[in-house]
Amino acid sequence: MTWLGLPAPLWQALILSIELATVTTVVLMVVGIPLAHWLNTTRFFGRSFLEVIISLPIVLPPTVIGFYLLVTFAPQTPLGQLWQVVFGHGLTFSFAGLVVGSVLYSFPFAVQPYQAALRSVPKELVEAAAAMGATSWQVTRHLRLRWARAGIFAGSGLAFAHTMGEFGVVLMLGGNLEGKTRVSSIALYDLTQALEFEQAYRYAAVLLVVSMLILIMVSLLQKHMEIRQPTM
Amino acid sequence: MLLRNGIKSAVFALMAMMSAGALAEELLVAAASDLSFVLPEINKAFEAKHPDVSVKVSLGSSGNFYAQIQNGAPYQVFMSADEKYPRDLIASGNALADSYNVYGTGRIALWTMKPAVNLSQGLSGLMDARVTRIAIANPAHAPYGRAAEAAIKKQGVWEALQPKLVFGENISQTAQFVQTGNVDVGVVAMSLVLSPKMRGIGRWAEISSALYPALVQAAVVTRAAENSAIAREFVKFLDTAEARDLLQKYGFRDTK
Repeated sequence: MTWLGLPAPLWQALILSIELATVTTVVLMVVGIPLAHWLNTTRFFGRSFLEVIISLPIVLPPTVIGFYLLVTFAPQTPLGQLWQVVFGHGLTFSFAGLVVGSVLYSFPFAVQPYQAALRSVPKELVEAAAAMGATSWQVTRHLRLRWARAGIFAGSGLAFAHTMGEFGVVLMLGGNLEGKTRVSSIALYDLTQALEFEQAYRYAAVLLVVSMLILIMVSLLQKHMEIRQPTM
Repeated sequence: MLLRNGIKSAVFALMAMMSAGALAEELLVAAASDLSFVLPEINKAFEAKHPDVSVKVSLGSSGNFYAQIQNGAPYQVFMSADEKYPRDLIASGNALADSYNVYGTGRIALWTMKPAVNLSQGLSGLMDARVTRIAIANPAHAPYGRAAEAAIKKQGVWEALQPKLVFGENISQTAQFVQTGNVDVGVVAMSLVLSPKMRGIGRWAEISSALYPALVQAAVVTRAAENSAIAREFVKFLDTAEARDLLQKYGFRDTK
């Protein structure tokens, strides 16, 4: 079973990367959008500090995230045991573990655009809607999320693309398990390490094209949304 | 005045130190990660004999260094965890044939932090259901991983153990999986468990050398160091009694 001269496990690794990026993006949207809204609207002591923490992964080497997870979620630690009880297996060497690492790794790439997008919703509109009796859920659902959707989409697209390219965290936590934790970047690394340069060239080209297609799709969809954006 | 003189002499001292640093010849050594503990000691001994030389070590997987040197990496000495990569470099003209030097034979051991793991049965004991995760180095490109795979197969327990395997990028990461407790047991280099840093941590048991092809390890001077006398000196130094004692202390079998 080979396609374009590449055996099935390599395609499986690419699909795994897409799965990881998808699950990570969904988690980031569920957690990130409310968090972004909360950070925009709430004043409290330590807010700037929290924003710094959230931005950290932009500069933090991914290996640092991987290392901390490896140490704090080891099976003999309290967190590791809690994880074991909930998921039935350890965090390391599992897909769920990669999701945790990826969410941390891509957090600022989603949350910062979310914050900017939600901040751009005109206050006057929110106040007008509230004055006309809209519940806060209605304001969120019909006004904020609609207004900010292009920005939310951009942030999610960025997080997706960023996760597709993840390497350091997975290398630290993954254990290189076929079909479970061997994502495409690791599979390519393995090819170069095993000196399979012929296949490495092909696979790298495939990854390049896939990444470009993802970015083109994201930018086209974003333009499409911006055009349909309601204006004041 | 006193202060000014003090500053002056401090500046002089600093300049003297800097120029001494600039005069020292740098020797770039790419070394397999099973050498991570013994190499600093070898370097210290070498630098004691050659005070004008400063040895700079990069640690990693042999396959990675092989590919980098093939593509013009500036390393002057390559200490591989096998003999094939150095030979291939010589064959492609990227290393000097007359510098080829076997410096030792690597040994492998089971290593665990978990009291429940029974090492007395060797690899067969790992079929125990309480052992759920076993780390080995990636056999696709790490010589120690290939040795581990060969030993497990020769023991006839590959089918049983394979679902439990996770793969370290190199032998150091494999040891790190064991040490952090993320796996129950791992197949690691003796040179790591015998190092002062790891000795006394967890328990280990050597895997019989009859179970895997000998891990003959060779060093070579690269083409980048064609004209460097010191690179040749370094590879020859590995043959001295001093260096061989150190290598044996760290679990390498002497091959001379």
